[in-house]
Amino acid sequence: MSAKTTHKFYGHGIPRVKVEDLGGKLIVVEGADGSGRSTQIAELVSWLEINGRPTVQVGLKRSTLVSEELEKAQEGNVLSRTTLSLFYATDFADQLSNIIIPALKAGFIVLADRYIYTLMARDMVRGMDEKWLKNLYGIAPVPDAVFYLSVEPEELVQRNLSKKATLDYWESGMDLGFSRNVFDSFLKYQEAMGEAFRQLQKTYKFEIIDANRPVNSVNKELRKKISAVIEGG
Amino acid sequence: MKTFAEMNFPGRLIAVEGLDGSGKSTQIYLLKRWLEAEGIKVYFSEWNSSELVKSATSKGKKRELLTPTTFSLIHATDFADRYERHLVPLLRAGYIVLCDRYVFTAFARDVTRGCPPEWVRGNYSFACAPDLTMFFKADLEVSLNRILEGRPKLKFFEAGMDLRLSTDPYESFKIFQGRILDQYLAMSKEFNFVIMDANETVEKQQVLVRKLVSEKIDLKKFKRRSPLPLPPSLAGEREGKEELEDKAA
Repeated sequence: MSAKTTHKFYGHGIPRVKVEDLGGKLIVVEGADGSGRSTQIAELVSWLEINGRPTVQVGLKRSTLVSEELEKAQEGNVLSRTTLSLFYATDFADQLSNIIIPALKAGFIVLADRYIYTLMARDMVRGMDEKWLKNLYGIAPVPDAVFYLSVEPEELVQRNLSKKATLDYWESGMDLGFSRNVFDSFLKYQEAMGEAFRQLQKTYKFEIIDANRPVNSVNKELRKKISAVIEGG
Repeated sequence: MKTFAEMNFPGRLIAVEGLDGSGKSTQIYLLKRWLEAEGIKVYFSEWNSSELVKSATSKGKKRELLTPTTFSLIHATDFADRYERHLVPLLRAGYIVLCDRYVFTAFARDVTRGCPPEWVRGNYSFACAPDLTMFFKADLEVSLNRILEGRPKLKFFEAGMDLRLSTDPYESFKIFQGRILDQYLAMSKEFNFVIMDANETVEKQQVLVRKLVSEKIDLKKFKRRSPLPLPPSLAGEREGKEELEDKAA
């Protein structure tokens, strides 16, 4: 695959990486837990590979460098906001340098299970400055496509509960003190996250996909759109 | 960048900066001992020492996993952890906080590694400026000799080997330190560094350090109001004594 799209960075980019060297395609799927993100990505990877497209996956908290430490820190819930934010940025930057950039250089398709937008939205909901976040994540390449799987908070509750019978502490924004009740907190937090995404959408222009629908219909739409991106050159 | 005083913090922050081997750690240690002896509320914080982040940093360094970007971010994470967890509360509580290296270390090193200056500064923009920054400036040869004599085995990132300046670690270290020094000097005016002559004797420098600190900061305001807290078994004794003192007054 020698598709020659010109990639760009959102900001300063990263040292010693030239955008001209980045081929491949970077495709991002965003959405809350329970939006069907992982299912969709698994389907997409298998579809792409069967069609002979070399594909790699990245996601949050998967770096060699800090994923373990980040996990540990979150369990104890000991980090302050700026620290947690920078820790996640380190995790992202490690995968960016060691997986995303090399894969794009080699002309691969990179499927990102969430990207800087989730990280920014989480921080915005927690009162971090948007300008600070934009500078921080100026290291990120602009993806070829971003799909935001949008699901109503009430539907997210149902899906999370039917899967795990519980609501995750962080996905419920319990650290924010909206409510001591995890159910109420989840709804309020997901509402706030949706709002932050809408705010980010103004700048980052991602495509909103109605993911209240069945898995197959969503996947069909994603495939169609991704095909267009890949063939678009 | 506003200082803690300008932001109305009751506490004050003093930072020392300089190359490895400039003698800054010795100077800040002696300053700390003096302030403690004077009964002043003082806290010391060192670059790259957050418990939480350290294991990731040392893994990254050992396995040579770090790129200029991740090197910069992991140190920023370490700084943020110490800043939010220790420095801010202590400065709110009226402490004198002593920092062996502050954000300027990142500004100098990360930029030398190729990170854009605006990006690095932006990332650290949550931090206030020190109320006093002393930059220990020794001749490059002097600093190099101090390090190279004492610790002959240089670590990969310490020597700047990731920059591929030279295949010889000593040569690489020299070039790398030279470039960091240039970065420091270029920002010294902007951030009001007080330049200390680090070629002087340790004693003479310390006299000057103490003079500078007492001129800049009204130290008597930072004394502990009450003696150090006693363990509960002894606390009764002190209460009795204080009562007597109250009556005397």
